Amino acid sequence: MKLNEIVQKLNGKVLNSKINLEIEVKGAGGADLMSDVLASIQPQAILLTGLCNPQVVRTAMMADVLAIVLVRGKTPPAETVQLAENERIPLISTPFGMFEACGILYQAGLSCLEKPVSDQDCFAG
Amino acid sequence: MTEQPPLRKSSLISDQEAENITRVEELAYEIKVQEVMTPNPITMTASMKMQEVLEQFRVARISGAPIVEEGQLIGIISIEDLIRCLIKSDLEAEIQKYMTRNPFTVKGDDPVVEALKMFVSTKVGRLPVVNKEGLLIGILTKGDITRGLLKALQQDYQTEEVRRYRASHLFEDIESERTSLILRYNIKAGDFTHGGEASSKIKRALSRMGASPQIARRCGIATYEAEMNLIIHTTEGGVIRVEIEPHQISIDVYDSGPGIKDVELAMKPGYSTASEKVRELGFGAGMGLVNISRCVDIMKLESVWGRGTRLRMKIFLKKEDTVGEGHAAKSLEEKR
Repeated sequence: MKLNEIVQKLNGKVLNSKINLEIEVKGAGGADLMSDVLASIQPQAILLTGLCNPQVVRTAMMADVLAIVLVRGKTPPAETVQLAENERIPLISTPFGMFEACGILYQAGLSCLEKPVSDQDCFAG
Repeated sequence: MTEQPPLRKSSLISDQEAENITRVEELAYEIKVQEVMTPNPITMTASMKMQEVLEQFRVARISGAPIVEEGQLIGIISIEDLIRCLIKSDLEAEIQKYMTRNPFTVKGDDPVVEALKMFVSTKVGRLPVVNKEGLLIGILTKGDITRGLLKALQQDYQTEEVRRYRASHLFEDIESERTSLILRYNIKAGDFTHGGEASSKIKRALSRMGASPQIARRCGIATYEAEMNLIIHTTEGGVIRVEIEPHQISIDVYDSGPGIKDVELAMKPGYSTASEKVRELGFGAGMGLVNISRCVDIMKLESVWGRGTRLRMKIFLKKEDTVGEGHAAKSLEEKR
């Protein structure tokens, strides 16, 4: 699926300018925990997240994320937009919530690019 | 050097072409009109004969010229005007009878995109270029813009290619028992705004040196988590030191405090001492060190409470993954 189709389906607003919306997206992942993104998302995916700080862009760069979708209609701070602009990572804001945005894309046939991290048992006490 | 795919005329464009188009759009904002215009164009005066226009156009192979009076632009004469004149067999008439007065102009320091917009809205074939004082400094056609953009695009492409080529062969011609390149980054405590900057630079350096995307990614993720740890947990920041050798990448991250009370506990997934503020940033869920260990081949964490922490990591490079020796670049080429 092309990135501009995704923008359309999510009723999204593209927040930076020097980017290419014609790129092919292989799949997506959704997370608010950056360490989870780093651990589980596969390269060339788009990231749906509720976090808006510049670390989202850095995380995307490290994990080879193609584009970032900010859910729940969030407007990120200027530093985030600036960093995304400098690093040429598309930053898209959608009015849909995380659940709905993921649902729309999944239904449209976009695959899941999150691999399980089941060997990372979480500390229980 | 790889060859650019030829531009196709069909409406379908490949990703590669689309990338170039976006860069062209960007360049249209970056490049100024005066960088692509033809400077010092042939000019004429209003009292010259149309016969002379015909001669000048033929000899100089141009299709338009600005008309000036004491340096000031007063009009423009084009091949269309000349045709109108020829139909009437009126070559003895003065230019002022056929020229367009007060033509549209662009400023030399306008971005090229302004000129493009004007070409679209006015449908003229050429635009005189003036400076701030309104004096003529050049003439601009759509052809000038296309040539200028293509040149800039090619330079862009070559600069990155040359950088990549140089970096990817860094170690090739240096003889020593053991050659390495060391990158050092000082990380400030609490500097969330710049968190990840060093890791981005490390990742980019590795890519340029010919590291495979997988190696660059593993290294990027490991250093990023370590960099965030320095920002989140240290009292006075710390240092990231990356030593790149053809066969391995050694990353050393150290700080001078406060140190980790229980190293074994710190390594447990989900264990964290991070504040609420850090958690709001999407970190501090106790997965950092676990993530690092998944990305590197060897990881060693030493810490003394009150003294500081040292995290040492190594990524081993197989023959096909080696950096700085041109092997990776070569094998990529073979794949093409």
